[in-house]
Amino acid sequence: MLNVVEHFPVLIIIISLLSAFTIFIAGWLNKKSCCFISFATILVQFVMSIFILNHVLTVGTIKYRLGGWAPPWGIEYVVDALNAYVLVILLFLALICVTYSKRNIEHELPRKIISFYVLYQLLITGLCGVTVTGDIFNMYVFVEIFSLSAYALIASRGKIALRASYTYLILGSIGACFFLIGIGFLYSVTGTLNMHDLSCILSTGDLYSSRVVQAAFVFFVVGLGIKMALFPLHTWLPDAHSFAPAEISAMLSGIIIEVSTYAFIRVCFSVYTVNFLKLLPIFDILCWVAASGIIIGSVLAIAQDNLKRMLAYSSVSQMGYIMLAVGLSVSSHHELWGGLTPALMHILNHALMKGCLFLVAGAFIYKADLWNISDFRGLGKKMPFTCAAFVLAAISMIGVPPSVGFVSKLYIILASLDSGKFVFVAIMLISTLLNLVYFWRVIETMYMKQEEGAHNHSSSRRDEVPASMLIPILILASLCIIVGIIWLAEIPMPIMDSVNSLFGLNGGMT
Amino acid sequence: MTATIESMQPTFAIMCPAIVSILILLFGKWPNIRESWTLIAAIAQFLIVISMAPVILAGNIIECTFFTMLPGVDFGFSVDAFGLIFAITSSFLWILVSLYSIGYMRSLNEHAQTRFYFFFALAIFGAVGIAMSGNLFTMFIFYEILTVSTYPLVAHEQTPVALAAGRKYLAYLLTSGTFFLAAIVLTYYFSGTTDFVNGGIPNLASEASRTALMVLFVIFLLGFMKAAWMPFHSWLPTAMAAPTPVSALLHAVAVVKAGVFGIIRVVCYIYGVDLMSALGLGLALVCLATFTLIVANLFALAQDNLKRRLAYSTINQLSLIIFGVALLSYEGIEGAMMHIPFHGFMKITLFMCAGAIMVASGKKNISDMAGIGKKMPVTMIAFTIGALGMCALPPTAGYVTHHLFVHGCEEAGGSMTIFPYMLLIVAILDVMYFFPIIYTAFFKKSKDGGDCGIQEAPIFMLIPIAITAAVSIIFYFYPDLFYISDLVHTAISGLMGGHP
Repeated sequence: MLNVVEHFPVLIIIISLLSAFTIFIAGWLNKKSCCFISFATILVQFVMSIFILNHVLTVGTIKYRLGGWAPPWGIEYVVDALNAYVLVILLFLALICVTYSKRNIEHELPRKIISFYVLYQLLITGLCGVTVTGDIFNMYVFVEIFSLSAYALIASRGKIALRASYTYLILGSIGACFFLIGIGFLYSVTGTLNMHDLSCILSTGDLYSSRVVQAAFVFFVVGLGIKMALFPLHTWLPDAHSFAPAEISAMLSGIIIEVSTYAFIRVCFSVYTVNFLKLLPIFDILCWVAASGIIIGSVLAIAQDNLKRMLAYSSVSQMGYIMLAVGLSVSSHHELWGGLTPALMHILNHALMKGCLFLVAGAFIYKADLWNISDFRGLGKKMPFTCAAFVLAAISMIGVPPSVGFVSKLYIILASLDSGKFVFVAIMLISTLLNLVYFWRVIETMYMKQEEGAHNHSSSRRDEVPASMLIPILILASLCIIVGIIWLAEIPMPIMDSVNSLFGLNGGMT
Repeated sequence: MTATIESMQPTFAIMCPAIVSILILLFGKWPNIRESWTLIAAIAQFLIVISMAPVILAGNIIECTFFTMLPGVDFGFSVDAFGLIFAITSSFLWILVSLYSIGYMRSLNEHAQTRFYFFFALAIFGAVGIAMSGNLFTMFIFYEILTVSTYPLVAHEQTPVALAAGRKYLAYLLTSGTFFLAAIVLTYYFSGTTDFVNGGIPNLASEASRTALMVLFVIFLLGFMKAAWMPFHSWLPTAMAAPTPVSALLHAVAVVKAGVFGIIRVVCYIYGVDLMSALGLGLALVCLATFTLIVANLFALAQDNLKRRLAYSTINQLSLIIFGVALLSYEGIEGAMMHIPFHGFMKITLFMCAGAIMVASGKKNISDMAGIGKKMPVTMIAFTIGALGMCALPPTAGYVTHHLFVHGCEEAGGSMTIFPYMLLIVAILDVMYFFPIIYTAFFKKSKDGGDCGIQEAPIFMLIPIAITAAVSIIFYFYPDLFYISDLVHTAISGLMGGHP
């Protein structure tokens, strides 16, 4: 007897996929309907994801067998606290972005409204699919679905965006290919594709020392490393992020690379297990790679004048934060900041901050076609709310308390102290200062530098973006502070605790 | 004897500026309403703060805790006698500076006044929050709020010079903030708590090695660059690009005092006097402070811009406070705690005078001020009082604390007995750069004679100047004004027991 909520994982994907086709047909009849259909679908999905999260936390993991076939043969959808958490974040940001896209897409891509929403909906389908599935080959399929839609969406502006999209296409395909090779290796050893089954066979069959299994792990790391723009595999990201439409940049940076991170975490802890990770020093290496990514990403961001490129490099640095936290998860056991808690926290935090920043960058482009930071003089007066949102998100990125960025920074620092790796404390603190340099430059230009040719201060009139774009921005900006306070205040975090105990990362269990 | 009282009073006091900052934004179009909100909030805050004094003097601590941030670390306020001294100083001076800035900003017809008042209120929010925090983490949060909210005030003019000053200000203070955070996290890592405890955190000495504690102390000091100790002082003179009310309240009272306040908190309430002297950190800190004392005064001699000279004097006086606490003796700490409000009142007088001269005559340099004492007698008399205080001459508050510092040196004994002579040298240098200003203003004749139009600054500016100058003198005769000296004694008897 299945509870109705237990059908939701598959329903989330089905309605999303159906909606993509509906938009395609409805768009022929009426272009305006596309956005509303997409919005309605994502809203329903979002509500469902909240029910799923609630169910997972109160009842337990949801296991759904597609077509009623028993797991090793059929595809199984498994939703535990980790997926449910990522799913909620993903659909929340998708909802924000689709609200924002209404006016922005009418303005930017007036001829491509239908195809934009069809692809957008497919993107959401892919992302949700990666998140809910419990089958590793099925995961690969969904990775390809969201990647293909992302290639097309990035290219939608045409001209130079085509090149960006092409680079991403090549690198993304190599990444996916590596992921597939990894799956193939594992299949050849175990003969199964179900994640739970894989992890059982790998651990009981004493296969961790097998070269094939270890090689497969390396393929997973590199393949997903490209997908999540882990330094030094990030080269596709700056172009892709800067030439995509604003809401796609926000999704790329806030969700797509995070979902790839989720896939990585899932492979590391659900397919392989903590015991395997302790066998090899792989996570120590990962920490160092992530740390160099943090610093180099920030330094490259300082060199940019194009705001969206700067934010893109900042994403490289922020992915370093997440991967550093993942790297530390095995060695830090504290009940509060041990395990995956800091990494999961930063997945949400980064989605909020970067989502907000990219939407703001999009608002500047929408209103005045401003791309470069040096052109932002006097914007603080013209677009006070948008700029205020930018400041809130920027000080979160710098990590001024009580914003979300501060909480992430604090938890990662505590985790590195806990694992006895003091050098990462220094890395985090240096990164704070680098963030300060490149974000403050923008703030200073917006508020403090006067417009050229403007002699008196009253000359610039207020000229804000429409409400349907402003409200999403303001929601994200205020969440940057509110969620920060909640993180600081709500000490018991059932989601994090249940994820950590699921993967055997708790202090008591190791 | 010590009882902990749960009360929302600290929260109300801290929320006053936070709420009013929103009201300022809402009423930005109506200057009169906007400024009356500032005044109302300032007065309300002062009344709430001062009403806590009798309770604290009875030996209690007022606490209100909101939530737990990390195990052993609560977000909450805890007001003890020492914190209350800082809170009383900042909130009382906020009233006066609000009045003063109404006169100053309107006379100069400054732009972006709403932004100015908004961030001013936020900065006070940060300062009072620092005064009332019960542990390092809470303090850090307000410390960063203070740093960020003062940036728009420093860069207010929006000229290239002001922007450069703002950048330098942020670069120094946020870098220092990261050191502070590192120090806090390390303290937490060693001892599992960051609460301020009378006499220091008990298990800090046992959990960390000697070297670790020394390194940690250096990181703490780097975290308190707000105290402008040399060689990390240069943000302070540069920040004088700000409008004078900002220099007056923030760079003479709130921001820099937050720095020395933090150092005293760490020395007395995290490390504790015994641990400090066991580690030999007291002497090291005294030497650092003495270096700054002398070098800052030498720099001050070379300045012609009045505000910059005052800025170096501030650096000097801040180190005097560090000097006092580093003596680790009863009277040294007493002097340090007392010098926070005393110096605040005296230095704010000087800064407000400098601003008044600028508004009335447009003059910024000392060499141009010949004969200005006759045109602006009230301002310059107030200036003289403040200057006497800086030089530690009676009858001003400065004499009282210098007296205590000398006694503190004797009480500390050993190699510390040499330092009164250092203080003497410093005082002579003080005289050397303050008296020429007074001489120029009163006795020199202006050369060009084109200053006939100069008269006193607007009444809104004169009243605060007169009040702070008067208070600077009253402190000499009656140091218990605003309960200051009683609070200091309560704080120290909590730290070290009774007077030796």
